[in-house]
Amino acid sequence: MAEEAKNSGVNDAVVAAQSHSADGAAVGTAVLSSDAVQNPGLPPHRERVTDLDPKKAKRAERTVYTLFYISIVGSLGAVLAYMFFPIETGELLAVRLHTMFVGIAMALALLAVGIGAVHWGKALMADHESIDERHPVPSNQETREDAAEVFTLADKESGFSRRSLVRNSLIGALIAFPLPGITLMRSLAPQDRDPVQLLKHTMWDKGIRLARDPSGVAIKASDVTIGSAFHVIPETLTHEEFSKLSLEERGGSENFLDAKAKAIVLLMRLDQSQLKELPDRKDWSYDGIVAYSKVCTHVGCPVALYEQHTHHLLCPCHQSQFDVSEHAKVVFGPAKRPLPQLPITVDKDGYLIAQSDFHEPVGPSFWERLK
Amino acid sequence: MARATKNVRKSGRRHPFATVALVAVGLLVTGAAYAGFSQTSATAEIDLNSASTISQGEKLFGANCATCHGAGAQGTKDGPSLVGAGAASVNFQVGTGRMPLAFQGPQGMVKPKQFSEEQTLQMAAYVASLGPGPGLPETRYLKGDGDVAAGGELFRINCAMCHNVAAAGGALTQGKMAPKLTGVPATHIYEAMVTGPQNMPVFSDTNISPQEKADIISYLKYIEEKPSVGGLTLGSLGPVAEGLFVWIIGLGAVVALTVWVTAKSN
Ligand code: FES
Repeated sequence: MAEEAKNSGVNDAVVAAQSHSADGAAVGTAVLSSDAVQNPGLPPHRERVTDLDPKKAKRAERTVYTLFYISIVGSLGAVLAYMFFPIETGELLAVRLHTMFVGIAMALALLAVGIGAVHWGKALMADHESIDERHPVPSNQETREDAAEVFTLADKESGFSRRSLVRNSLIGALIAFPLPGITLMRSLAPQDRDPVQLLKHTMWDKGIRLARDPSGVAIKASDVTIGSAFHVIPETLTHEEFSKLSLEERGGSENFLDAKAKAIVLLMRLDQSQLKELPDRKDWSYDGIVAYSKVCTHVGCPVALYEQHTHHLLCPCHQSQFDVSEHAKVVFGPAKRPLPQLPITVDKDGYLIAQSDFHEPVGPSFWERLK
Repeated sequence: MARATKNVRKSGRRHPFATVALVAVGLLVTGAAYAGFSQTSATAEIDLNSASTISQGEKLFGANCATCHGAGAQGTKDGPSLVGAGAASVNFQVGTGRMPLAFQGPQGMVKPKQFSEEQTLQMAAYVASLGPGPGLPETRYLKGDGDVAAGGELFRINCAMCHNVAAAGGALTQGKMAPKLTGVPATHIYEAMVTGPQNMPVFSDTNISPQEKADIISYLKYIEEKPSVGGLTLGSLGPVAEGLFVWIIGLGAVVALTVWVTAKSN
């Protein structure tokens, strides 16, 4: 019958549908499509060379056990390599030889056993096609009815749908349940201090000298020649000095690296005529010397690729570019805000000093950032 | 018959290896002569302050540099003034072949140098005579025997962001780049620090002291000579080269194995 339906035209489909129960099609199938993909059945069985030719089978067998032997050699080799190329001499070359030989031997051991096993399975193990029937997904009608009954009974006895107040309050309680988890996260932030305040302050303060990173030697304005770039830390940010400071003086950071990560500055000297300065920030530079936070306002990489002719600072992470001659405004890239400028001047001995802390938080944006 | 052959051999004139031996000897001799020659030229001693050197340099400058830098090296719109550029700058720019520029572009590139050591120094002497500027580095800072650890720290703070932590070089903006620092003579590294060629910032002696510069040079020589402990360095370029390697070689191998595992045996 199915054969007939397939051969006849569309008009016959209705007829076929009426008699489809006889074809084994499910009840309610209105149209039997006449172009359904036919089950192609199994392809004809193709013998492998190892099935046809006992010599080839022998060869495959040899290949497999050779591979397994190679694997043994590899494993033993790894042990030997470990013994004969120790990393005990302190020589860097020893590390290289050790890792290389142990690695090669282990790769040999694992690859050979793997390839051998696959080759065995493919070339030598029994080769015949078979079909696994798929079991119907739903369980039988009886089981399903039983389950439904259990649910109805449970609902009736517990009064889940009857007592809607109880039910709704339970749902509310479940929604509220994960909330403490979020507040617990808060304890990952510094306990006793406001993280927002912490991010707003650095170690810079009025009168702190600008010093070289990492030596902490203060910089004289006369040291800075045109075209120079100095990597700067507060004079007090060396290991010895830092340990003497109060938490307040450390810009709120307990730990040396945290404090340094916030306070690092790049100092450059441009020809005074090339600086385009805002009137209210005119006195933030000194004789063409400007200082900017080195922390990128995008996601916080250290921006220190300074091109002295274009006056551009490039961030190596996502290629933001800042124009130092114009208050480090963003000229390219994903950063949204200019780098914060550190207002500087000189003290009576000619050393460069900060006029104050940064006037805005350094680094990437965070919650409650006001600017 | 045997005796006759032996006699021919003894005369040695037509021995089949005679030509090979001759070529080998010839190569050895020229090689040695060249080595000797290049060594003598590397240690050319020139007095930068003598009037004759300066006037020689002035002639060379007039013939080769004046079109861009102006007749008195005062600069034109095509080239900056060299008054105060100093001998170090000239030795770096000319000694690495960057000057004369092949063409105006984002950056002058290293190329075979066009002047001999002597001519370069003569021009350096001339430019140095125009105004005070950074002089040639003292050889005691160029030996590479400084404090490698200190040099490494200074390098990471001051240089690594542009030149890459393994000194493999890196890209800057708009076609500019920071060249790799391996295989660069110590003199040129030192001179680059004091003069800030192209877009490199200047690291004067007040910023990084001569001894610190020597430490940085020592560090660079150290990483140049030490073998990498991590196997293939892939150019030390970091994640880009490594990612490419993994995608092509690593994934390629995985794909090849998958194809092999799932293919029907025949
Ligand atoms: S962190 Fe600087 S551009 Fe992304």
